[in-house]
Amino acid sequence: MCTICGCGDTMTGSPARPPHHDHHDGHGDHARHDLWEGDDGALNFGAVPVPGMSARRLIRSERDILSKNNALAKANRARLLAAGQFALNLVSSPGSGKTSLLVRTVTDLRLRFAVGVVEGDQQTSNDAERIRAAGAPAVQINTGKGCHLDAHMVGHALDRLPLSSGGLLLIENVGNLVCPAAFDLGEARRVVVLSVTEGEDKPLKYPDIFSEAHLMLINKVDLLPHVDFDFSSCLDYARRVNPRIDILAVSARTGSGMEGFYEWIERSAAGIQPVAANAGAEAPTSISRRSAPTPTFVRQQPDAP
Amino acid sequence: MHEMSIAESLVDLIEDEARKEGFTRVRRIEVKLGALGHVEPAALRFCFDAIARGTVAEGASLDIETVAGMGCCPRCGCSTAIAQRYDLCPECGSHVQMTAGGELRLAELEVE
Repeated sequence: MCTICGCGDTMTGSPARPPHHDHHDGHGDHARHDLWEGDDGALNFGAVPVPGMSARRLIRSERDILSKNNALAKANRARLLAAGQFALNLVSSPGSGKTSLLVRTVTDLRLRFAVGVVEGDQQTSNDAERIRAAGAPAVQINTGKGCHLDAHMVGHALDRLPLSSGGLLLIENVGNLVCPAAFDLGEARRVVVLSVTEGEDKPLKYPDIFSEAHLMLINKVDLLPHVDFDFSSCLDYARRVNPRIDILAVSARTGSGMEGFYEWIERSAAGIQPVAANAGAEAPTSISRRSAPTPTFVRQQPDAP
Repeated sequence: MHEMSIAESLVDLIEDEARKEGFTRVRRIEVKLGALGHVEPAALRFCFDAIARGTVAEGASLDIETVAGMGCCPRCGCSTAIAQRYDLCPECGSHVQMTAGGELRLAELEVE
């Protein structure tokens, strides 16, 4: 059952003939979506237009066009807070290494925390399978033609995950540096991943997504000797767009810098103000924090050495 | 293209209004878009025409008012026009906080 709108559960269908949520008509806030479960357990979304209802006057509205997504995001956020979950929304362009980063994170943290993952892609369950192989429960959302996750999709995904108190929820958005910027999912923090195989001026080219992020992870730093990536310019550009952004350099492949990311997660979840430090070219560290709700995040004792 | 989702959200809002206000046809829609926001007006028009088909908004004209970017300097209080989210204060060089230019709002409907 959809705990946000109260509608029934997903229906069996296929992308070619998705079942329509007729019972949603008239709900107002929830009038248009199709959702079906694939053979692989993925939640598939594909929006279709609903045929409409059929003395001239003016109506003032002044409503935010994204108000419905924002209301659903608020509900997700309240639900995650109540469950003691600390949720990250990871955004980047395709190929920045988000999934490898999450596989490494799950592998390293799953004995310390309960870690769950929501994987967003247009098609396939490949990424969720990689996460499950690393030892964490994962729900794959296939957005169909959609270029981003939205709060409604994530709300349904939360129904499928064990939300244990003190857990970490990692939401991997669809690889896209433009579209996810506008859609709040209900996360506690937003993390943008930029790899050194991309241009260092991405923060200036795509300022919306960097201006909304709490942390920039510069990934694939093990490749720095082999690419023309101006590291210090990248830091300058990111801070020009977002003076409050935290920046960490990591390599998901070698594990370099990942412990700093885990410490950032724990600090952020605990709401502890970090000590400001100077960012060096090789190991940039936190520069500031944003104020935000701070859910309880309990460090668990490893149950294995 | 996230403008498709934005167009769907817009039509959802209009259908909400239709249920509340009891109209069956929309002649004109006025939307306010911030110049520094997430939405490209031409893409929104394209998507809106497709999404509105078969709804009360089919055939409605979509008037898009662009709201210029404005910022306020937290250090010196200067209010200034900005062309980018990351423009600096012309008085003191500090980062300005955007106060206008991110709008994404349904402003008005002309209905019958």
